[in-house]
Amino acid sequence: MAFLEIENLQKTFGDLRVVRDFNLNVEQGEFISFLGPSGCGKTTTLRMVAGFETPTAGSIRIGGKDVVNVKPNQRNIGMVFQSYALFPNLTVAQNVTFGLKVAGRDKATIDTRLKEMLTMIGLPDLGERYPFQLSGGQQQRVALARALAPAPQVLLLDEPLSALDAQIRVSLRSEIRAIQQKLGITTVYVTHDQEEALSMSDRIVVMHRGIADQIGTPVEIYNHPATRFVANFVGTLNQIEATVADPERGVVEVAGQSLALERKLSHPKGASVALAFRPQALHMGKGEGEIPVRGRISEVQFLGAVIRLKVDVGEASISLDAFNRAGAELPVTGSELTLSIAPSDILVLGD
Amino acid sequence: MSKVWAWGALIFGVVYFMLPLIGMTEFSLSMRRGVYSFDAYAAVLADPQFQATFAYSVVMALATIIFGILLVVPTAYWVRLKMPEARPYVEFITLLPLVIPAIVVVFGYIRLYNTSSWLPLTGSVMGTNILLMFGYAMLSLPYMYRSIDTGLRTIDIATLTEAAMSLGAGWVTILARVILPNVLASVLSGAFLTFAIVIGEFTIAALLDRPAFGPYMQILGANRAYEPAALAVIAFGITWACMGLIGLVSRFSRYTQVKR
Repeated sequence: MAFLEIENLQKTFGDLRVVRDFNLNVEQGEFISFLGPSGCGKTTTLRMVAGFETPTAGSIRIGGKDVVNVKPNQRNIGMVFQSYALFPNLTVAQNVTFGLKVAGRDKATIDTRLKEMLTMIGLPDLGERYPFQLSGGQQQRVALARALAPAPQVLLLDEPLSALDAQIRVSLRSEIRAIQQKLGITTVYVTHDQEEALSMSDRIVVMHRGIADQIGTPVEIYNHPATRFVANFVGTLNQIEATVADPERGVVEVAGQSLALERKLSHPKGASVALAFRPQALHMGKGEGEIPVRGRISEVQFLGAVIRLKVDVGEASISLDAFNRAGAELPVTGSELTLSIAPSDILVLGD
Repeated sequence: MSKVWAWGALIFGVVYFMLPLIGMTEFSLSMRRGVYSFDAYAAVLADPQFQATFAYSVVMALATIIFGILLVVPTAYWVRLKMPEARPYVEFITLLPLVIPAIVVVFGYIRLYNTSSWLPLTGSVMGTNILLMFGYAMLSLPYMYRSIDTGLRTIDIATLTEAAMSLGAGWVTILARVILPNVLASVLSGAFLTFAIVIGEFTIAALLDRPAFGPYMQILGANRAYEPAALAVIAFGITWACMGLIGLVSRFSRYTQVKR
């Protein structure tokens, strides 16, 4: 039995169905990310776990106990907010020990725990500061320590890094992950940043219009997206429309060119499918055992280490990444070229 | 040309406000013939009636402030947090004391709570004091509510409430340890305004026949020459001290606010 079980969870605001039929089992100590665009219901789902929203239907069980009717302050859940939400009138130490004081722990326990927490977040000397005297990154670390101090069963993070600078965001995300692994705390992390989700999580839930489109490890999500939405949302993806010419041999037609995918297709002859592939799967020139595709360069973006090209293949525009090598000449806009891709790198998306 | 008019308007305004004040102060100092002296002030301050009524009004003001905080902070907080659609109505209600004269209210009180009513508050001294305190709280409601509501606007009460809740805090803890300390500056400025109103209030205290400072000023004014002027200057000084304290508190609060 999983530690956190969410079953058939639904939430409607008036006529708006924000979360519809959401199912998820989270194991003890697992780090799960809810990834999706704004309005996909990820925050609402998190808030239902925290108890700030009441589900319209469905159940949420933590450690085998149904918590839907348990008040938020009785759930023993730690929460970190995008806006830090530190109490401005309290010092760092008072913020961190707030939960312990509410729980009525004795002073010795509180002091030990405070030291432990401040050391863990790497701010052992800032206990006497007020939140307004701290930087954003420091404030969010204090918020994390505050949430973890009462030793909650589950840690919930609602876009905790969105308000921070890019640099701090990257360093803090590995810090959060390290603390989570050290404490072995079951964690649910809401984000719209795919890089964050991919780099931190044990498993990712990609949410779209109130349902979980795909639940899987970061590698599964990136390499084998289950739906067109997941494929599009996670990473950059090229999609071109194709018509099935021979399902047995796996031949499809794209803008007058026949491409052999070297595998059987379940779609009937004449059906239209979408071929999807990552920009880094394509390369210029011909390769052994690879599918050649002809096109015309419509745009060249020089990004430093990488050169990103936009290439028109018939009606469709695809992009590809080439590494920048000193001495190599930049491709010229408008010129014709041949691209190659391994058949196994092409995903055929039905709908 | 326009500058001349602007200066003219300013000078007129200053003269209009300052001349009576200067005259009154000058008069309050001239009890002893031929020289300026503080005799009138000494007479007022030495009057046991002054001390008794002033102490009574101060106690009433403090009681009103405490009651006002207990009433308004949770109400304004709850309206902002859970019933934002009710805000215009609550605001309208809190503004009513500005348009309903105190005399109307106090007649209503006497009619509702007289000795033959179901709640005979006017039947005992304590009951009348409580009724007077309610009256004061009502008079100060527009100022109290407005300043506390403005204070609540500057903090993210929804997220702070959720943060406190997720740490196990109940409503009383949230209000006392998170919300109230963060709006303390606005609560205090509301409190000083309440203090100024209660110290000078006449109508309700006089009609409920309580020995407050307002009726005392009126009695003194009807019977003496120099002392009322001295008393007015003192009352004026108290009001200004309150204003100064509001300014001081709002400046002090800037250091405790979160940078955003």
